[in-house]
Amino acid sequence: MAAETATLKPELARTSGQFSTFFVADLFFGVDVLRVQEVLRFQQMTRVPQSPEVVEGLINLRGQIVTAIDMRRRLGLPPRDGDQPPMNIVVRTDDGAVSLLVDEIGDVLDVDTASYEPPPANLHPAARELIRGVYKLKDRLLLVLDAERTVELGAVRKSGGAHVPSTTEK
Amino acid sequence: MLPSKLKGYVDSNSKADKNHNGCCTPPAKNKESYALQDQDVIREFLVESHENLSRLDQEFVELEKHPKDAALLASIFRTIHTIKGTCGFLAFSTLERITHQAETLLSQLRDGERELTASMISLIFETVDATRKVLASIEESGEEGPNGFEDLTERLSIAAQLTASPENQPSLEVSAPTQSSAALSGAALPGATTSPVLLAEPHIDVGVSSPPEGKKFEEDTGKSSAAADANIRVGVGLLDKLMDLVGELVLTRNQILQYNAEREDATLNATSQRLNLITSELQEGVMKTRMQPIGVVWNKLPRVVRDMAMSLGKQIRLEMDGAGTELDRTIIEAIKDPLMHLVRNSCDHGIEAPQERARAGKPPEGRLTLRAYHEGGQVNIEIGDDGAGIDVARVKQMALDRGLLRPEQVETLSDREALNLIFLPGFSTAKTITNVSGRGVGMDVVKSHIEKIGGVVDVFSRPGEGSTVKIKIPLTLAIIPGLVITSGNRRAAPRSGARIGERFVIPQVSLVELIRLEGQADRSQIERIHGTPVYRRRGGLLPIAYLNDILGLERPVDIEASAETSAEANVVNIVVLQAEDRQFGLVVDGINDTQEIVVKPLGKQLKGLTIYAGATIMGDGAVALILDVLGIGQRSGVLAESREQARTAVEQKTQSGTEQQRLLLFRAGSFKRLAVPLALVARLEEFQQSAIEHAGGGLVVQYRNRILPLVPLRTILEPGAPGPDQTADPVQVVVFNDGDRSLGMVVDQILDVAEEAVTVRQKSSQKGLLGSAVVGKQVTDFLDLNDVIHAAAENWFQGQDGLESRKRILVAETSPFSRGLIRSSLEMAGYGVLEASTLDEAIRALEQQPVDIVMATLDLPPGGGSALLRAMRRRPQWDGIPVLALTEAAAGQAKASEVQAAGFDDCQPKFDRAAMLESLARLASALASAEDVAGGRGRGALIHGG
Repeated sequence: MAAETATLKPELARTSGQFSTFFVADLFFGVDVLRVQEVLRFQQMTRVPQSPEVVEGLINLRGQIVTAIDMRRRLGLPPRDGDQPPMNIVVRTDDGAVSLLVDEIGDVLDVDTASYEPPPANLHPAARELIRGVYKLKDRLLLVLDAERTVELGAVRKSGGAHVPSTTEK
Repeated sequence: MLPSKLKGYVDSNSKADKNHNGCCTPPAKNKESYALQDQDVIREFLVESHENLSRLDQEFVELEKHPKDAALLASIFRTIHTIKGTCGFLAFSTLERITHQAETLLSQLRDGERELTASMISLIFETVDATRKVLASIEESGEEGPNGFEDLTERLSIAAQLTASPENQPSLEVSAPTQSSAALSGAALPGATTSPVLLAEPHIDVGVSSPPEGKKFEEDTGKSSAAADANIRVGVGLLDKLMDLVGELVLTRNQILQYNAEREDATLNATSQRLNLITSELQEGVMKTRMQPIGVVWNKLPRVVRDMAMSLGKQIRLEMDGAGTELDRTIIEAIKDPLMHLVRNSCDHGIEAPQERARAGKPPEGRLTLRAYHEGGQVNIEIGDDGAGIDVARVKQMALDRGLLRPEQVETLSDREALNLIFLPGFSTAKTITNVSGRGVGMDVVKSHIEKIGGVVDVFSRPGEGSTVKIKIPLTLAIIPGLVITSGNRRAAPRSGARIGERFVIPQVSLVELIRLEGQADRSQIERIHGTPVYRRRGGLLPIAYLNDILGLERPVDIEASAETSAEANVVNIVVLQAEDRQFGLVVDGINDTQEIVVKPLGKQLKGLTIYAGATIMGDGAVALILDVLGIGQRSGVLAESREQARTAVEQKTQSGTEQQRLLLFRAGSFKRLAVPLALVARLEEFQQSAIEHAGGGLVVQYRNRILPLVPLRTILEPGAPGPDQTADPVQVVVFNDGDRSLGMVVDQILDVAEEAVTVRQKSSQKGLLGSAVVGKQVTDFLDLNDVIHAAAENWFQGQDGLESRKRILVAETSPFSRGLIRSSLEMAGYGVLEASTLDEAIRALEQQPVDIVMATLDLPPGGGSALLRAMRRRPQWDGIPVLALTEAAAGQAKASEVQAAGFDDCQPKFDRAAMLESLARLASALASAEDVAGGRGRGALIHGG
C-alpha cells in the first residue's frame, strides 16, 4: 500500500486531462481518470451502525475492505429512486481505496484545459467544498470532484452530509 | 550473516587493512567497488551492524561476570573487527577510527595482555553507543555526522597504551616509552586530555595486527557463510504481504468449504479437503516467518539493568528464562516499551539497596527474573523481583492522598484489588522521583499498551519477598479466533439470503461465557435497578447491555421469519465479556459459531467509532464488523470509565478550595438539576395531591399534627410559570426545619444525593439561585434557600423571639458560594447576616455597622482569619466580639486546637450546619450574659431591623 501511494502522489500532482465521469442526481461529475481504480456494479454491502450517515457500508473488494460513501447524501441531495441500484466508483485516496456510490457512470472524457474555470463564488459552501472547478463542455458543465475532500468526513460526522437547500427541500 | 557479495569485500579489505595499518583512506582497489556499491550494501551494513551491536551489549554484560572467558572475548573482538572492516571499506572514517581503537584494546584483552576493569567496560560501552549514534546518522543522512568522537578515540587509545605495561608487552609491537605510559596512568580517567604527541605513536604501533587476528577472522568468515547458506534475509514488507495473501487464502478456503458443504461432489469434496489442509499448513508456516523470539527485546535488558544498577548503587542479577518464546513481530514491537518500563520499575522500586537487603536477611545481590512461556494459545511474560514487594497499606494510603479513591472505597478493597491500584493514572509509590521512575506516569501507560494488543496485566506481591508482574498476550494479532453473533434487522440487500440480523464478530479473548435464557420465567431473570438491567449470575449481579440499543438496531421481527422468532422471542442470549478488569453481559439476538478471522482495519472515515475494532470477511464473502469490547462497554455505560474518573478525581483535588459536601439533587420546572446542602434538609416527604389544602392564600398540608406550609419551587424560580404539576401524585416535598417551624418545598422530582467536591462555581444573577457548580459531571444550580424562603413565607423569620433579638453576624469568607450557603443557614436560624470577602471588607463592615459575632474563614486574604482576629483585638470597641473560625470540612482536631490557641473563640467546619449554629448560640448566650453584667456597654443599640 505504502509503495502504491508513494507512486500515486506524483500522478495526482499532474492532471491527465482525462476524466472519468458520472452522474449524481442531475449533476455531472468528473474525477481524474488516474485516480479511479475501478468501476463496479452495486455490491453487497455491510452497513455500519452508528457510522456517519454518508457511509453506506463496507464492501469486500477482493479481500480488501472498502468504505462506500453515498454521494447523494454526501452532497445533501435527496435519495435516489428505490429500484435504481447505485454504481461504485472506487477511487484511490491517500488513505486507501474508497468507493463512491453514484447514480450512473458516464464516459471517459478528454477536456480542453482552456474551458476550465474555478467554481462560481455563489455556489453553496457545502458543494463548493467538494467541487474543485468546472469545465465548460459543449452541452453541459463537468464538475471536478475533489476526491480527497469527499472522503474526508471529519466535518460531516453524523449530521448527514452537506446541505444544499434548493434540492433537499423538494 | 553477511551477504556473500559484501563478505568478499570485507575479506579483501581486512587484508588491505593489515597492510595499511588501519589507515582511513580505502585502498584504491576498493574505491572502484565503492562506486559500484549501491544503497543496498549500506543498508545491509546498517542492519548487520545493529544486530552486532545488540549482541555486543549482551556479551559485555556476560564478560563482566566472566572476565577471563576467552571464547567470549574472541567473539566480541570479531564483532568489532567486522564492523571496523566493513566501514573501512565503505569509507566511514569516524566509525572506523573508533572501532579501530576499541579493537586494539580488545585484542590486548583477548591475548591476555591485560585484565579487564570496570572502567574499561564502561569505555567500551561508550564506544558501542558512539557507534550507534554514527550508524543512526548514516541511516538518516548517509553521512557520518559532524561528531567525530575525537575525545572518545583519544581515551580509547590512551587506555590501550596504558595496558602495555613493560613486563607482558609483546616484544616488537609497542614502542611507546615506559615513562610515557607511567605519565599517562594518572590521566587514564574518562575525559582526561593528553598531549597529542603521546597519542600519535601508539596509534601506529599497536595497530600492527598480531598474527592470531587474521586467523581468527578467517575462521569467522567460514562459520558465518555456513550460516548464510541456511538463512536469508527477507524484508518485513514482503512478509506482511505474504501474511495478507494467506489471510485472503484462508477466506477463500472458507468460501469453498461452505460451497462444498452444499454440494455432493466427491471430487470437489476431496479437493477442498486438500485445499483446507494445505491452507492451514501454509497459514501456520507464514505465521512462523513473522514470529520472533522474545529474546529480541530482552537482549537490550541486561545493559539496561546493568546501567540502572550502577546508577542506583544496587546489585542486580538478571535471569532470563524462555528467551526463545516466539511472538508475532507486531506484538514484539508493542510490548517493547512496556517491558522496558516494568524492568526499570523493578530495578528502581522493587529491589532494595544492598544494605537494606542485608538487614532483611537477603543476599545483597537482588534477583530480577524474566520468564516467558506459552500457555493456552497465549504468551505469558513474568517480570519478577525478590525485592521488598509492594506495601499494600501504602498503596491504599497513596490512593487516598491523591484523591483517587474515597476512604470507604479503600475499606472494601481486597489486597489484590489494592495492588492493582498502581495501574491508575497519576500513581507512583516511589518516595522520591528519580530520573528513572517515580513520576506516576508509566504503569497506567503499560497497562493501556498491553490492553491495546488484547493483553492482560496483573501484579502479585508478597511483602518482603518481592513482586511479580504477569502479562498475558495473544500470539498474533493478524488472525484471531472470534465468536460470530447476529444482532438487529438486516436491511434488505439485493443478493443476501434470508438471514436475519447482521453479523458481528466478538474477539474470543474477551469472551468469558455464554448464557442462554429460555422461556418467560427465565427472561425475568434480567431485572432492573432504576432502569438499569442486571442479571443475577451465580449470586452476583452482572450489568447487562443490549447490543441492539448500542448499535441503534431493531430487534428482528421479519414476517417471513415470524415462526422462528416467536419461538426465539423468549430466548435471551447473553455473551459475558471481559473488558479491563470488569465483566458485563451483552444481549445479542443470535449466536452463530466461532471462526478464525482475519482482522482488517477500517477506513479513516470510520476510525472515530470506538465500538469497532476492525472488520473481517466472512466465508460467504460478506464483510462483518468486529466489535471492540472495551468500546462497547464504555458506550453502553456498563464500564464506568474508571480511569477517567480517577483522572478527574485527581484534577478536582488539585483545584484550590475544594469543598466536599453532601448535596440533595432535585428538579423543578425548567431547572433540571438543582442542589441544596443536605445538612439544611430536615427530611424528604411525599404527599398525596388530595392531602394538599389551601389556607391563608397558600398551600398547606397537615403534617405530624401541624400545618406545614408548602412552597412550589417552580413558581418562585419562574414567577410566570404555572403552579405545581397537578398530575404529579404524590408530590415530592423537601422539608426544612428550624426549631418549631417547618417549611415544605415542592419539587418536581428528587434525583439523588451526591457527595461531591464542588469545583466550578459561577455566581448567578437569577433570583433564588446562588450559582452553578459541577456535580457528578453535570452543571447543577445551587438554590439560595434564603431567597426562596423569603419569597415564600414572609413570616418564616418572625419566630417567637421577634426581630429584636436577632444577632448580627459578619461572615468573612472568600468564596461567594460558601458565603451564600452559610448565609442561608444562618438566616434560616434567625440571624442577621453581613458578608465580607476580604480582610478590608470585613474591617469596613465592622466600622459601618454593629456586629455581634464574627465568623471568619482561616484562609481569608490577605493574612488569613487570624489577621482579622488580631485587627479586631487591637481596637477596644471590637475586642469583646467573639470570633468563630471556619475551617475546611476535613480539618481535624489538631487544627481546632491550633485555632483556639490563636485566640479564636471557637472553630467549626464550614458546612456542618448543626455544629455551627450550636456554637453561635453558645457564643450569643455568653454574649447576652456578659451584656447583662456589663449593663450598658452599648450593644443594645445594635438592635436594628434587618
